[in-house]
Amino acid sequence: MPYTIAEKILLVHTDRKDIEPGEFVEAKVDLALGNDITAPLAIQEFKKTGIKKVFDNKRIVLVPDHFAPAKDLNSANQCKILADFAKEQKIKNYFEVGCMGIEHALLPEKKLVLPGDLIIGADSHTCTYGALGCYATGVGSTDLARAFIDGKCWFKVPRTMKFVYTGKLKKWVGGKDLILYTIGDIGVDGALCRIMEFSGPVIRRLGMDDRFAMSNMAIEAGARAGIIEPDDITFDYIKAVHSPQSTVHKKNKKLLSVDRGQWTKLKSDKDAVYERVYEYDVSKLEPQVACPHLPSNVQPVSKLKDIKLDQVVIGSCTNGRISDLRIAAKILKGKKIKPGLRLIVIPATQKIYLQAVKEGLVGVFVRAGGIFSTPTCGPCLGGHMGILTDAETCLATTNRNFIGRMGSPKSFVYLSNPAVAAASAIKGRITHPDLL
Amino acid sequence: MMIKGRVHKFGDDINTDDIIAAKYLVSTDAKQLGSHCMETIRPDFIAKVKEGDIIVAGKNFGCGSSREHAPLAIKGAGIRAVIAESFAGIFFRNAINIGLPFLESVDADKINDGDVLEIDLSGGIIKNLKQGETYRSQPFPEFLQDIIARGGLINRVIRCIKSR
Repeated sequence: MPYTIAEKILLVHTDRKDIEPGEFVEAKVDLALGNDITAPLAIQEFKKTGIKKVFDNKRIVLVPDHFAPAKDLNSANQCKILADFAKEQKIKNYFEVGCMGIEHALLPEKKLVLPGDLIIGADSHTCTYGALGCYATGVGSTDLARAFIDGKCWFKVPRTMKFVYTGKLKKWVGGKDLILYTIGDIGVDGALCRIMEFSGPVIRRLGMDDRFAMSNMAIEAGARAGIIEPDDITFDYIKAVHSPQSTVHKKNKKLLSVDRGQWTKLKSDKDAVYERVYEYDVSKLEPQVACPHLPSNVQPVSKLKDIKLDQVVIGSCTNGRISDLRIAAKILKGKKIKPGLRLIVIPATQKIYLQAVKEGLVGVFVRAGGIFSTPTCGPCLGGHMGILTDAETCLATTNRNFIGRMGSPKSFVYLSNPAVAAASAIKGRITHPDLL
Repeated sequence: MMIKGRVHKFGDDINTDDIIAAKYLVSTDAKQLGSHCMETIRPDFIAKVKEGDIIVAGKNFGCGSSREHAPLAIKGAGIRAVIAESFAGIFFRNAINIGLPFLESVDADKINDGDVLEIDLSGGIIKNLKQGETYRSQPFPEFLQDIIARGGLINRVIRCIKSR
């Protein structure tokens, strides 16, 4: 029976012989992730059961990243719940401030994600790991508590929609623009409860950071996951973060091994059934911007005249990686941001932070008049490190711009790629980088 | 199970930031969360809600974040059930897992704010007592009915473990 990559991954994690969209299955997960706002609820539910030990303390990851470093007393209490639980259960993959980063940039760096993995996370942007050829999906705290108990999760097998990107990308256009364009086309429920499979020659030429940005925002179209079949770019990335002699945990023997040859089998079959196929020739695509107050309210950047900005944020699990910071620094080098505008740059992990220091990017941001923060989700969800007040407008490389997302319900959030964000910080209004 | 209550009507794409703003995600208490439910988009919602009321909404209810605080806040506010044209995936999971009754119905747009509904959850029948109309909803698959019947996901898992 022909399967899509999503169906293959899900099947191999069940004890079923076959699988069909619409069916309910129970599957063993490779990793279960929680953060400082979702894990406390999960830990509370777990403790209520009276069960003393988690199913496998090597397969649980806890990252305090949303309101950490603790922004107030309640947040500090929530972070402590994670720290205490990690200590009690001997959870190795607990990343305290100093080690932590934004979870969906951190986990691949920490060698915790491999092609073919089935990953659940109590965070909607868990779909990010789909860029590495994983079935990675966001769940709630009770699902996480359940996974603490027996390492399983229930799934309704989703249908898959295929998105094929052809043509040649213009300068400054990358993964963020592709996904914004797609969400703008199909709507915030255009892939509701589906798998989005991103493919085509444009994807094959995309670097990992751009792929992460795409998969990250699959949830913004309502998708369960956003998967890219692994290829040499994926394998080179994996090789770079793993030492050649590292022991990959021996799971999914049917599909996986350290040998690339096995991972190349992680492809949708030729006759796999898709619910729908979208084809986009992106040769004429310019940088895209999502306007208030939905990620689907997307316009090409050239259509936005005179949107004055109070704040620009470059960071997040969508675009806080080293390539994103390099692009922003290239534009900001030797320049100053608009007086009165706040530029907040947040690298997604400590490793990225140090790399940015080493490459002189931090100096570029600070000399331009911006600030460079410790890794945190911070302003993305209106937590801390740059909240907006009434009538303020922010352009951010984040992933959501609902009403009040970054603070006041009377503020406005636009979403873009890092190049547009950097150019806009200089001009003080939303700007195409070519118009500097 | 029968539920009767007054309707609070919402539109499409009611997201999890609307339902409970991120700044409140420092509590796991349903009543505490409930006191801030829908605050951003309808500041007088909490003042108007009475125990047993019902939310009716359009498409894609609960889109956005995975925060389980969203259905918890709805429960904590006193809402007994949610009817929507469609639900976002993670919200759907969370509502099932914590036992918040909800129904998917293409007729949600025919229901008005202030209507009084009588809902037969297991039969999926919605009676609009004010308008004198009856609507049918999508029945829950057996797998999900089992989770609901056992009082939520954790209860079901514990019972499965004990029975082995």
